[in-house]
Amino acid sequence: MKTPIYFDYSATTPVDKRVAEKMCDCLTTEGNFGNPASSSHEFGWKAEDAVEQARKDVADLINANPKEIVFTSGATESDNLAIKGIAHFYKKNGKHIVTSKTEHKAVLDTCRQLEREGYEVTYLDPEPNGLIDLKKLEAALREDTILVSIMHVNNEIGVIQDIKAIGEITRPRKIMFHVDAAQSAGKVPIDMDDLKVDLMSFSAHKIYGPKGIGALYVCRKPRVRLEAQMHGGGHERGMRSGTLATHQIVGMGEAFRLAKLEMAADNERIRMLRDRLLAGLQDIEETYVNGDLEQRVPHNLNVSFNFVEGESLIMALKELAVSSGSACTSASLEPSYVLRALGRNDELAHSSIRFSLGRFTTEEEIDFAIKKIHENIGKLRELSPLWEMFKDGIDLESIEWTAH
Amino acid sequence: MAYSDKVIDHYENPRNVGSMDKDETNVGTGMVGAPACGDVMRLQIKVTDDGIIEDAKFKTYGCGSAIASSSLLTEWVKGKTLDEASAIKNTDIANELELPPVKIHCSVLAEDAIKAAIDDFKAKSKK
Repeated sequence: MKTPIYFDYSATTPVDKRVAEKMCDCLTTEGNFGNPASSSHEFGWKAEDAVEQARKDVADLINANPKEIVFTSGATESDNLAIKGIAHFYKKNGKHIVTSKTEHKAVLDTCRQLEREGYEVTYLDPEPNGLIDLKKLEAALREDTILVSIMHVNNEIGVIQDIKAIGEITRPRKIMFHVDAAQSAGKVPIDMDDLKVDLMSFSAHKIYGPKGIGALYVCRKPRVRLEAQMHGGGHERGMRSGTLATHQIVGMGEAFRLAKLEMAADNERIRMLRDRLLAGLQDIEETYVNGDLEQRVPHNLNVSFNFVEGESLIMALKELAVSSGSACTSASLEPSYVLRALGRNDELAHSSIRFSLGRFTTEEEIDFAIKKIHENIGKLRELSPLWEMFKDGIDLESIEWTAH
Repeated sequence: MAYSDKVIDHYENPRNVGSMDKDETNVGTGMVGAPACGDVMRLQIKVTDDGIIEDAKFKTYGCGSAIASSSLLTEWVKGKTLDEASAIKNTDIANELELPPVKIHCSVLAEDAIKAAIDDFKAKSKK
Protein backbone atom coordinates (compact mmCIF):
# COMPACT_ATOMS: atom_id res chain seq x y z
CA MET A 1 0.00 0.00 0.00
CA LYS A 2 1.37 3.39 -1.05
CA THR A 3 0.85 6.58 0.97
CA PRO A 4 -0.56 9.18 0.83
CA ILE A 5 -3.83 7.38 0.18
CA TYR A 6 -6.29 9.14 -2.09
CA PHE A 7 -9.64 9.84 -0.39
CA ASP A 8 -10.57 12.87 -2.48
CA TYR A 9 -12.44 11.35 -5.44
CA SER A 10 -15.08 14.09 -5.21
CA ALA A 11 -12.40 16.67 -6.03
CA THR A 12 -11.21 14.73 -9.03
CA THR A 13 -10.50 11.16 -10.11
CA PRO A 14 -7.52 9.66 -11.86
CA VAL A 15 -8.13 8.97 -15.55
CA ASP A 16 -8.91 5.28 -16.02
CA LYS A 17 -6.10 3.64 -18.01
CA ARG A 18 -8.63 2.39 -20.58
CA VAL A 19 -9.74 6.00 -21.08
CA ALA A 20 -6.18 7.34 -21.34
CA GLU A 21 -5.36 4.83 -24.09
CA LYS A 22 -8.32 5.95 -26.21
CA MET A 23 -7.32 9.58 -25.74
CA CYS A 24 -3.73 8.94 -26.79
CA ASP A 25 -5.04 7.55 -30.09
CA CYS A 26 -6.39 11.00 -31.00
CA LEU A 27 -3.27 13.13 -30.86
CA THR A 28 -0.38 12.34 -33.19
CA THR A 29 0.14 11.88 -36.94
CA GLU A 30 -0.49 8.15 -36.55
CA GLY A 31 -3.72 8.88 -34.64
CA ASN A 32 -7.08 10.52 -35.13
CA PHE A 33 -5.87 14.14 -34.94
CA GLY A 34 -8.14 15.82 -37.46
CA ASN A 35 -10.55 18.67 -36.86
CA PRO A 36 -14.06 17.21 -36.55
CA ALA A 37 -15.35 20.26 -38.42
CA SER A 38 -13.16 19.60 -41.49
CA SER A 39 -15.82 18.24 -43.80
CA SER A 40 -13.64 18.17 -46.91
CA HIS A 41 -11.38 15.22 -46.12
CA GLU A 42 -11.04 11.92 -44.35
CA PHE A 43 -9.09 13.29 -41.37
CA GLY A 44 -12.10 15.43 -40.49
CA TRP A 45 -14.63 12.63 -41.10
CA LYS A 46 -12.72 10.22 -38.85
CA ALA A 47 -12.52 12.79 -36.06
CA GLU A 48 -16.20 13.58 -36.46
CA ASP A 49 -17.05 9.86 -36.20
CA ALA A 50 -15.09 9.62 -32.94
CA VAL A 51 -16.82 12.70 -31.51
CA GLU A 52 -20.26 11.41 -32.48
CA GLN A 53 -19.55 8.00 -30.94
CA ALA A 54 -18.51 9.78 -27.72
CA ARG A 55 -21.65 11.93 -27.84
CA LYS A 56 -23.69 8.74 -28.08
CA ASP A 57 -21.81 7.16 -25.15
CA VAL A 58 -22.45 10.23 -22.99
CA ALA A 59 -26.13 10.28 -23.99
CA ASP A 60 -26.48 6.52 -23.33
CA LEU A 61 -25.48 6.83 -19.67
CA ILE A 62 -28.46 9.15 -19.06
CA ASN A 63 -30.82 7.66 -21.65
CA ALA A 64 -30.89 10.83 -23.76
CA ASN A 65 -30.68 11.56 -27.46
CA PRO A 66 -27.10 12.31 -28.62
CA LYS A 67 -28.46 15.49 -30.24
CA GLU A 68 -29.22 16.76 -26.74
CA ILE A 69 -25.54 16.75 -25.70
CA VAL A 70 -23.46 19.93 -26.03
CA PHE A 71 -19.77 19.58 -25.23
CA THR A 72 -18.20 22.25 -23.00
CA SER A 73 -14.96 22.70 -21.08
CA GLY A 74 -16.46 21.28 -17.89
CA ALA A 75 -19.36 21.47 -15.47
CA THR A 76 -18.54 25.08 -14.51
CA GLU A 77 -18.98 26.18 -18.12
CA SER A 78 -22.09 24.01 -18.46
CA ASP A 79 -23.62 25.68 -15.38
CA ASN A 80 -22.77 29.12 -16.78
CA LEU A 81 -24.18 28.29 -20.20
CA ALA A 82 -27.37 26.83 -18.78
CA ILE A 83 -28.15 29.56 -16.25
CA LYS A 84 -27.00 32.63 -18.17
CA GLY A 85 -28.20 31.13 -21.45
CA ILE A 86 -31.73 30.59 -20.14
CA ALA A 87 -31.86 33.85 -18.21
CA HIS A 88 -30.81 35.87 -21.24
CA PHE A 89 -32.99 34.03 -23.75
CA TYR A 90 -36.19 34.04 -21.68
CA LYS A 91 -35.82 37.41 -19.93
CA LYS A 92 -39.04 38.66 -21.54
CA ASN A 93 -40.92 35.98 -19.56
CA GLY A 94 -39.49 37.11 -16.22
CA LYS A 95 -36.32 37.72 -14.30
CA HIS A 96 -36.68 35.48 -11.24
CA ILE A 97 -34.50 32.43 -10.53
CA VAL A 98 -34.71 29.89 -7.68
CA THR A 99 -31.69 27.96 -6.42
CA SER A 100 -30.33 26.75 -3.07
CA LYS A 101 -27.64 27.88 -0.65
CA THR A 102 -25.73 24.60 -0.94
CA GLU A 103 -25.17 24.73 -4.68
CA HIS A 104 -21.68 24.64 -6.14
CA LYS A 105 -19.97 28.02 -6.55
CA ALA A 106 -20.32 27.67 -10.33
CA VAL A 107 -24.09 28.03 -9.84
CA LEU A 108 -24.05 30.49 -6.93
CA ASP A 109 -21.57 32.86 -8.48
CA THR A 110 -23.34 32.75 -11.85
CA CYS A 111 -26.57 33.69 -10.06
CA ARG A 112 -24.75 36.53 -8.30
CA GLN A 113 -23.65 37.83 -11.70
CA LEU A 114 -27.24 37.73 -12.94
CA GLU A 115 -28.31 39.69 -9.85
CA ARG A 116 -25.84 42.39 -10.90
CA GLU A 117 -27.55 42.34 -14.31
CA GLY A 118 -30.92 43.01 -12.69
CA TYR A 119 -32.29 39.50 -12.14
CA GLU A 120 -33.76 38.43 -8.80
CA VAL A 121 -32.59 35.19 -7.18
CA THR A 122 -34.14 33.24 -4.30
CA TYR A 123 -31.63 31.08 -2.40
CA LEU A 124 -33.46 28.27 -0.61
CA ASP A 125 -32.28 27.05 2.80
CA PRO A 126 -31.88 23.26 2.89
CA GLU A 127 -33.23 21.21 5.79
CA PRO A 128 -30.70 20.17 8.49
CA ASN A 129 -30.13 16.90 6.58
CA GLY A 130 -29.10 18.87 3.47
CA LEU A 131 -32.24 18.13 1.42
CA ILE A 132 -34.53 20.72 -0.13
CA ASP A 133 -38.08 20.79 1.21
CA LEU A 134 -40.23 20.61 -1.93
CA LYS A 135 -43.02 22.63 -0.33
CA LYS A 136 -40.59 25.49 0.33
CA LEU A 137 -39.38 25.26 -3.26
CA GLU A 138 -42.93 25.37 -4.57
CA ALA A 139 -43.71 28.34 -2.33
CA ALA A 140 -40.73 30.25 -3.72
CA LEU A 141 -42.00 30.05 -7.32
CA ARG A 142 -43.60 33.17 -8.77
CA GLU A 143 -45.33 34.31 -11.93
CA ASP A 144 -42.02 35.69 -13.22
CA THR A 145 -39.86 32.67 -12.27
CA ILE A 146 -38.06 31.46 -15.38
CA LEU A 147 -35.53 28.98 -13.96
CA VAL A 148 -34.96 26.61 -11.06
CA SER A 149 -31.39 25.32 -10.60
CA ILE A 150 -30.87 22.53 -8.05
CA MET A 151 -27.91 20.16 -7.98
CA HIS A 152 -28.42 16.39 -8.07
CA VAL A 153 -25.69 15.30 -5.64
CA ASN A 154 -23.97 17.74 -3.32
CA ASN A 155 -20.19 17.89 -3.68
CA GLU A 156 -19.46 18.33 0.03
CA ILE A 157 -21.98 16.08 1.75
CA GLY A 158 -23.08 13.72 -1.04
CA VAL A 159 -26.84 14.03 -0.44
CA ILE A 160 -29.15 13.28 -3.40
CA GLN A 161 -31.91 15.80 -4.14
CA ASP A 162 -35.25 14.53 -5.45
CA ILE A 163 -34.92 15.96 -8.97
CA LYS A 164 -37.77 13.80 -10.28
CA ALA A 165 -40.20 15.46 -7.87
CA ILE A 166 -38.83 18.94 -8.59
CA GLY A 167 -39.36 18.40 -12.33
CA GLU A 168 -42.99 17.52 -11.65
CA ILE A 169 -43.36 20.93 -9.99
CA THR A 170 -41.56 23.04 -12.60
CA ARG A 171 -42.71 21.47 -15.91
CA PRO A 172 -46.49 22.21 -15.59
CA ARG A 173 -45.59 25.81 -14.75
CA LYS A 174 -43.35 26.05 -17.83
CA ILE A 175 -40.39 26.95 -15.62
CA MET A 176 -37.00 25.71 -16.87
CA PHE A 177 -35.25 23.24 -14.58
CA HIS A 178 -31.45 22.97 -14.57
CA VAL A 179 -29.57 20.28 -12.63
CA ASP A 180 -25.85 20.25 -11.90
CA ALA A 181 -25.07 16.54 -12.13
CA ALA A 182 -21.27 16.76 -11.92
CA GLN A 183 -21.25 14.62 -8.77
CA SER A 184 -24.04 12.23 -9.69
CA ALA A 185 -23.35 10.99 -13.22
CA GLY A 186 -21.89 7.51 -13.00
CA LYS A 187 -22.93 7.22 -9.35
CA VAL A 188 -26.72 7.52 -9.50
CA PRO A 189 -28.84 6.10 -12.35
CA ILE A 190 -30.18 8.96 -14.48
CA ASP A 191 -32.98 8.40 -17.00
CA MET A 192 -33.90 11.50 -18.97
CA ASP A 193 -37.08 9.83 -20.21
CA ASP A 194 -38.25 9.63 -16.64
CA LEU A 195 -37.11 13.08 -15.48
CA LYS A 196 -38.66 16.42 -16.36
CA VAL A 197 -35.28 18.11 -16.43
CA ASP A 198 -34.56 20.71 -19.13
CA LEU A 199 -30.83 21.14 -18.68
CA MET A 200 -28.19 19.05 -16.95
CA SER A 201 -24.47 19.75 -16.43
CA PHE A 202 -21.80 17.04 -16.56
CA SER A 203 -18.09 16.77 -15.94
CA ALA A 204 -15.72 14.06 -17.18
CA HIS A 205 -13.03 14.25 -14.52
CA LYS A 206 -15.33 13.23 -11.67
CA ILE A 207 -15.85 9.82 -13.27
CA TYR A 208 -12.37 8.77 -14.41
CA GLY A 209 -12.29 10.92 -17.53
CA PRO A 210 -9.96 13.85 -18.26
CA LYS A 211 -10.17 17.37 -16.84
CA GLY A 212 -11.12 20.18 -19.19
CA ILE A 213 -14.16 18.55 -20.76
CA GLY A 214 -17.82 18.45 -19.80
CA ALA A 215 -21.23 18.55 -21.35
CA LEU A 216 -24.60 20.20 -21.08
CA TYR A 217 -27.76 18.23 -21.77
CA VAL A 218 -30.26 20.50 -23.51
CA CYS A 219 -33.73 18.97 -23.78
CA ARG A 220 -35.31 18.77 -27.28
CA LYS A 221 -38.85 17.83 -26.26
CA PRO A 222 -40.01 20.29 -25.09
CA ARG A 223 -37.51 22.38 -26.95
CA VAL A 224 -35.20 24.42 -24.76
CA ARG A 225 -33.45 27.44 -26.26
CA LEU A 226 -30.33 29.13 -25.03
CA GLU A 227 -28.35 32.26 -25.70
CA ALA A 228 -24.78 31.19 -26.45
CA GLN A 229 -22.08 32.44 -24.09
CA MET A 230 -19.19 31.58 -26.39
CA HIS A 231 -19.42 32.95 -29.94
CA GLY A 232 -17.48 31.88 -33.01
CA GLY A 233 -17.76 29.16 -35.63
CA GLY A 234 -21.20 28.01 -34.54
CA HIS A 235 -20.15 24.59 -33.27
CA GLU A 236 -22.51 22.48 -31.17
CA ARG A 237 -25.58 23.80 -33.01
CA GLY A 238 -24.57 27.36 -32.23
CA MET A 239 -24.71 26.85 -28.48
CA ARG A 240 -20.98 26.61 -27.89
CA SER A 241 -18.41 27.65 -30.45
CA GLY A 242 -14.83 26.45 -30.42
CA THR A 243 -12.97 23.60 -32.13
CA LEU A 244 -14.06 20.29 -30.63
CA ALA A 245 -11.21 18.73 -28.63
CA THR A 246 -11.37 15.22 -30.07
CA HIS A 247 -9.09 13.57 -27.50
CA GLN A 248 -10.93 15.16 -24.56
CA ILE A 249 -14.35 14.28 -25.97
CA VAL A 250 -13.29 10.70 -26.75
CA GLY A 251 -11.98 10.45 -23.16
CA MET A 252 -15.27 11.66 -21.76
CA GLY A 253 -17.22 9.29 -23.98
CA GLU A 254 -15.16 6.28 -22.90
CA ALA A 255 -15.43 7.28 -19.22
CA PHE A 256 -19.22 7.52 -19.52
CA ARG A 257 -19.39 4.21 -21.43
CA LEU A 258 -17.39 2.46 -18.70
CA ALA A 259 -19.50 4.12 -16.00
CA LYS A 260 -22.65 2.66 -17.52
CA LEU A 261 -21.09 -0.81 -17.57
CA GLU A 262 -19.54 -0.72 -14.11
CA MET A 263 -21.69 1.62 -12.02
CA ALA A 264 -23.76 -1.06 -10.29
CA ALA A 265 -20.77 -3.17 -9.24
CA ASP A 266 -18.69 -0.10 -8.30
CA ASN A 267 -21.50 1.29 -6.15
CA GLU A 268 -21.98 -1.96 -4.27
CA ARG A 269 -18.28 -2.27 -3.48
CA ILE A 270 -17.95 1.40 -2.50
CA ARG A 271 -21.00 1.21 -0.24
CA MET A 272 -19.38 -1.71 1.58
CA LEU A 273 -16.19 0.32 2.03
CA ARG A 274 -18.09 3.42 3.18
CA ASP A 275 -20.01 1.37 5.75
CA ARG A 276 -16.73 -0.07 6.99
CA LEU A 277 -15.24 3.41 7.36
CA LEU A 278 -18.31 4.74 9.14
CA ALA A 279 -18.41 1.77 11.53
CA GLY A 280 -14.73 2.33 12.29
CA LEU A 281 -15.29 5.98 13.22
CA GLN A 282 -18.55 5.76 15.11
CA ASP A 283 -16.96 4.74 18.41
CA ILE A 284 -15.14 8.09 18.55
CA GLU A 285 -17.01 10.34 20.97
CA GLU A 286 -18.66 13.53 19.62
CA THR A 287 -18.52 12.46 15.97
CA TYR A 288 -21.28 13.62 13.63
CA VAL A 289 -22.11 12.66 10.05
CA ASN A 290 -23.04 15.74 8.00
CA GLY A 291 -25.97 15.30 5.63
CA ASP A 292 -28.59 12.60 5.29
CA LEU A 293 -27.10 9.10 5.39
CA GLU A 294 -29.88 7.38 3.37
CA GLN A 295 -30.46 9.87 0.54
CA ARG A 296 -26.76 9.92 -0.25
CA VAL A 297 -24.17 8.50 -2.65
CA PRO A 298 -21.96 5.90 -0.95
CA HIS A 299 -18.87 7.64 -2.31
CA ASN A 300 -19.05 10.45 0.24
CA LEU A 301 -18.64 10.48 4.00
CA ASN A 302 -18.50 13.93 5.59
CA VAL A 303 -17.81 13.79 9.32
CA SER A 304 -17.31 16.42 12.01
CA PHE A 305 -15.03 15.50 14.90
CA ASN A 306 -16.22 18.02 17.47
CA PHE A 307 -13.61 20.22 19.22
CA VAL A 308 -10.90 19.35 16.69
CA GLU A 309 -10.20 21.96 14.03
CA GLY A 310 -10.39 20.50 10.52
CA GLU A 311 -7.19 21.93 9.08
CA SER A 312 -5.08 20.68 12.00
CA LEU A 313 -6.64 17.25 11.63
CA ILE A 314 -5.84 17.20 7.93
CA MET A 315 -2.27 18.10 8.84
CA ALA A 316 -2.15 15.21 11.29
CA LEU A 317 -3.60 12.84 8.71
CA LYS A 318 -0.78 13.53 6.30
CA GLU A 319 -0.87 9.97 4.99
CA LEU A 320 -4.50 10.47 3.91
CA ALA A 321 -5.45 12.83 1.08
CA VAL A 322 -8.75 14.21 2.41
CA SER A 323 -10.31 17.66 2.33
CA SER A 324 -12.21 19.95 4.63
CA GLY A 325 -15.10 21.33 2.67
CA SER A 326 -14.66 21.40 -1.07
CA ALA A 327 -11.40 21.85 -2.95
CA CYS A 328 -12.62 25.17 -4.30
CA THR A 329 -12.97 26.72 -0.86
CA SER A 330 -10.40 24.90 1.28
CA ALA A 331 -7.77 27.59 0.69
CA SER A 332 -9.91 30.09 2.56
CA LEU A 333 -10.24 30.33 6.32
CA GLU A 334 -14.02 30.36 6.24
CA PRO A 335 -15.86 27.30 7.49
CA SER A 336 -17.84 25.38 4.89
CA TYR A 337 -20.80 27.43 3.63
CA VAL A 338 -22.62 24.18 2.94
CA LEU A 339 -22.40 23.05 6.57
CA ARG A 340 -23.36 26.55 7.76
CA ALA A 341 -26.43 26.40 5.50
CA LEU A 342 -27.37 23.10 7.18
CA GLY A 343 -27.44 24.98 10.48
CA ARG A 344 -24.32 23.30 11.87
CA ASN A 345 -22.73 25.41 14.61
CA ASP A 346 -19.32 26.99 14.12
CA GLU A 347 -17.35 24.34 15.98
CA LEU A 348 -18.87 21.52 13.94
CA ALA A 349 -18.53 23.43 10.67
CA HIS A 350 -14.85 24.06 11.42
CA SER A 351 -14.31 20.41 12.36
CA SER A 352 -15.49 18.67 9.21
CA ILE A 353 -13.54 16.26 7.03
CA ARG A 354 -14.74 14.95 3.67
CA PHE A 355 -13.72 11.41 2.77
CA SER A 356 -14.62 10.54 -0.80
CA LEU A 357 -14.09 7.01 -2.08
CA GLY A 358 -13.84 5.70 -5.60
CA ARG A 359 -13.07 2.95 -8.08
CA PHE A 360 -9.57 2.32 -6.76
CA THR A 361 -10.19 2.51 -3.00
CA THR A 362 -9.35 -0.74 -1.15
CA GLU A 363 -10.37 -2.30 2.15
CA GLU A 364 -6.76 -2.10 3.33
CA GLU A 365 -6.78 1.66 2.73
CA ILE A 366 -9.99 2.07 4.71
CA ASP A 367 -8.57 0.13 7.67
CA PHE A 368 -5.38 2.21 7.60
CA ALA A 369 -7.46 5.42 7.60
CA ILE A 370 -9.52 4.28 10.59
CA LYS A 371 -6.34 3.51 12.53
CA LYS A 372 -4.73 6.88 11.72
CA ILE A 373 -7.84 8.85 12.63
CA HIS A 374 -8.15 7.09 15.99
CA GLU A 375 -4.50 7.84 16.77
CA ASN A 376 -4.76 11.53 15.97
CA ILE A 377 -8.18 12.57 17.25
CA GLY A 378 -7.11 11.75 20.81
CA LYS A 379 -3.88 13.67 20.47
CA LEU A 380 -5.58 16.79 19.06
CA ARG A 381 -8.30 16.72 21.69
CA GLU A 382 -5.65 16.65 24.40
CA LEU A 383 -4.46 19.91 22.83
CA SER A 384 -7.93 21.44 22.58
CA PRO A 385 -9.13 23.86 25.28
CA LEU A 386 -12.68 23.37 23.92
CA TRP A 387 -12.51 19.63 24.52
CA GLU A 388 -11.31 20.24 28.12
CA MET A 389 -14.18 22.67 28.71
CA PHE A 390 -16.65 20.20 27.22
CA LYS A 391 -15.32 17.47 29.51
CA ASP A 392 -15.64 19.84 32.50
CA GLY A 393 -19.29 20.37 31.58
CA ILE A 394 -18.88 24.00 30.53
CA ASP A 395 -21.43 25.20 27.96
CA LEU A 396 -19.39 26.79 25.14
CA GLU A 397 -22.40 28.87 24.13
CA SER A 398 -22.29 30.61 27.53
CA ILE A 399 -18.81 32.06 26.94
CA GLU A 400 -18.25 35.51 25.56
CA TRP A 401 -15.65 34.89 22.87
CA THR A 402 -13.41 37.61 21.54
CA ALA A 403 -14.04 37.34 17.82
CA HIS A 404 -11.10 38.43 15.71
CA MET B 1 -0.04 24.95 1.20
CA ALA B 2 3.22 23.64 2.60
CA TYR B 3 4.16 24.23 6.22
CA SER B 4 7.67 25.19 7.35
CA ASP B 5 9.75 22.55 9.14
CA LYS B 6 9.51 24.60 12.35
CA VAL B 7 5.71 24.62 12.26
CA ILE B 8 5.69 20.88 11.65
CA ASP B 9 8.14 20.29 14.51
CA HIS B 10 6.02 22.28 17.00
CA TYR B 11 2.84 20.72 15.67
CA GLU B 12 4.11 17.16 15.94
CA ASN B 13 5.95 17.68 19.22
CA PRO B 14 4.09 20.50 20.96
CA ARG B 15 5.92 21.88 24.01
CA ASN B 16 4.25 22.62 27.34
CA VAL B 17 0.76 21.31 26.63
CA GLY B 18 -1.46 21.34 29.67
CA SER B 19 -3.47 23.22 32.24
CA MET B 20 -2.83 25.02 35.50
CA ASP B 21 -5.32 25.83 38.24
CA LYS B 22 -6.66 29.20 37.11
CA ASP B 23 -7.74 30.05 40.66
CA GLU B 24 -4.17 29.97 42.02
CA THR B 25 -3.00 33.53 42.80
CA ASN B 26 0.35 33.05 41.05
CA VAL B 27 -1.28 31.81 37.80
CA GLY B 28 -2.39 34.10 34.97
CA THR B 29 -4.74 32.78 32.26
CA GLY B 30 -5.35 34.26 28.83
CA MET B 31 -7.95 32.77 26.51
CA VAL B 32 -8.35 34.44 23.12
CA GLY B 33 -10.05 33.70 19.81
CA ALA B 34 -13.45 32.17 19.13
CA PRO B 35 -14.75 28.83 17.89
CA ALA B 36 -16.57 30.76 15.15
CA CYS B 37 -13.23 31.88 13.75
CA GLY B 38 -11.73 28.40 13.93
CA ASP B 39 -9.16 29.10 16.63
CA VAL B 40 -9.13 29.38 20.41
CA MET B 41 -5.87 29.72 22.32
CA ARG B 42 -5.48 29.35 26.07
CA LEU B 43 -2.13 30.33 27.56
CA GLN B 44 -1.31 30.08 31.26
CA ILE B 45 1.73 31.37 33.14
CA LYS B 46 2.99 30.71 36.67
CA VAL B 47 4.83 33.70 38.11
CA THR B 48 7.34 33.77 41.00
CA ASP B 49 7.31 36.42 43.75
CA ASP B 50 10.10 38.24 41.87
CA GLY B 51 7.92 38.56 38.78
CA ILE B 52 9.63 35.85 36.72
CA ILE B 53 7.56 33.44 34.58
CA GLU B 54 8.69 30.06 35.89
CA ASP B 55 6.28 27.90 33.90
CA ALA B 56 3.89 28.22 30.96
CA LYS B 57 1.23 25.89 29.56
CA PHE B 58 -1.08 26.07 26.57
CA LYS B 59 -3.97 24.39 24.83
CA THR B 60 -5.05 25.44 21.34
CA TYR B 61 -7.98 24.61 19.09
CA GLY B 62 -6.94 25.69 15.64
CA CYS B 63 -4.79 25.01 12.62
CA GLY B 64 -1.20 23.77 12.74
CA SER B 65 0.17 27.32 12.65
CA ALA B 66 -1.95 28.35 15.64
CA ILE B 67 -0.76 25.33 17.59
CA ALA B 68 2.87 26.02 16.65
CA SER B 69 2.59 29.74 17.52
CA SER B 70 1.34 29.00 21.02
CA SER B 71 3.81 26.15 21.57
CA LEU B 72 6.74 28.39 20.57
CA LEU B 73 5.48 31.20 22.78
CA THR B 74 5.42 29.00 25.89
CA GLU B 75 9.08 28.15 25.25
CA TRP B 76 10.00 31.80 24.83
CA VAL B 77 8.27 33.24 27.90
CA LYS B 78 9.70 30.77 30.41
CA GLY B 79 12.37 32.48 32.54
CA LYS B 80 11.38 35.95 31.30
CA THR B 81 10.08 38.83 33.43
CA LEU B 82 6.51 39.98 32.79
CA ASP B 83 7.83 43.08 31.01
CA GLU B 84 10.12 41.03 28.79
CA ALA B 85 7.31 38.62 27.94
CA SER B 86 4.88 41.38 27.07
CA ALA B 87 7.46 42.85 24.70
CA ILE B 88 7.26 39.77 22.42
CA LYS B 89 5.74 40.82 19.11
CA ASN B 90 3.65 38.75 16.76
CA THR B 91 6.18 39.45 14.00
CA ASP B 92 8.89 37.71 16.07
CA ILE B 93 6.73 34.58 16.15
CA ALA B 94 5.74 34.84 12.48
CA ASN B 95 9.38 35.24 11.42
CA GLU B 96 10.65 32.37 13.57
CA LEU B 97 7.96 30.00 12.22
CA GLU B 98 8.09 31.40 8.67
CA LEU B 99 4.31 31.81 8.63
CA PRO B 100 2.72 32.61 5.26
CA PRO B 101 0.56 35.78 5.03
CA VAL B 102 -2.73 33.89 5.50
CA LYS B 103 -1.43 32.55 8.83
CA ILE B 104 -0.17 35.81 10.36
CA HIS B 105 -3.35 36.04 12.43
CA CYS B 106 -2.16 32.94 14.35
CA SER B 107 0.87 34.85 15.61
CA VAL B 108 -1.33 37.87 16.44
CA LEU B 109 -3.51 35.57 18.49
CA ALA B 110 -0.45 34.26 20.36
CA GLU B 111 0.66 37.80 21.20
CA ASP B 112 -2.87 38.58 22.41
CA ALA B 113 -2.82 35.42 24.54
CA ILE B 114 0.37 36.26 26.47
CA LYS B 115 -0.83 39.85 27.01
CA ALA B 116 -4.17 38.56 28.30
CA ALA B 117 -2.43 36.10 30.64
CA ILE B 118 -0.17 38.84 32.04
CA ASP B 119 -3.16 41.19 32.51
CA ASP B 120 -5.05 38.44 34.30
CA PHE B 121 -2.11 37.80 36.63
CA LYS B 122 -1.67 41.52 37.37
CA ALA B 123 -5.37 42.01 38.05
CA LYS B 124 -5.28 39.10 40.49
CA SER B 125 -2.21 40.34 42.39
CA LYS B 126 -3.77 43.78 42.92
CA LYS B 127 -6.58 42.23 44.93
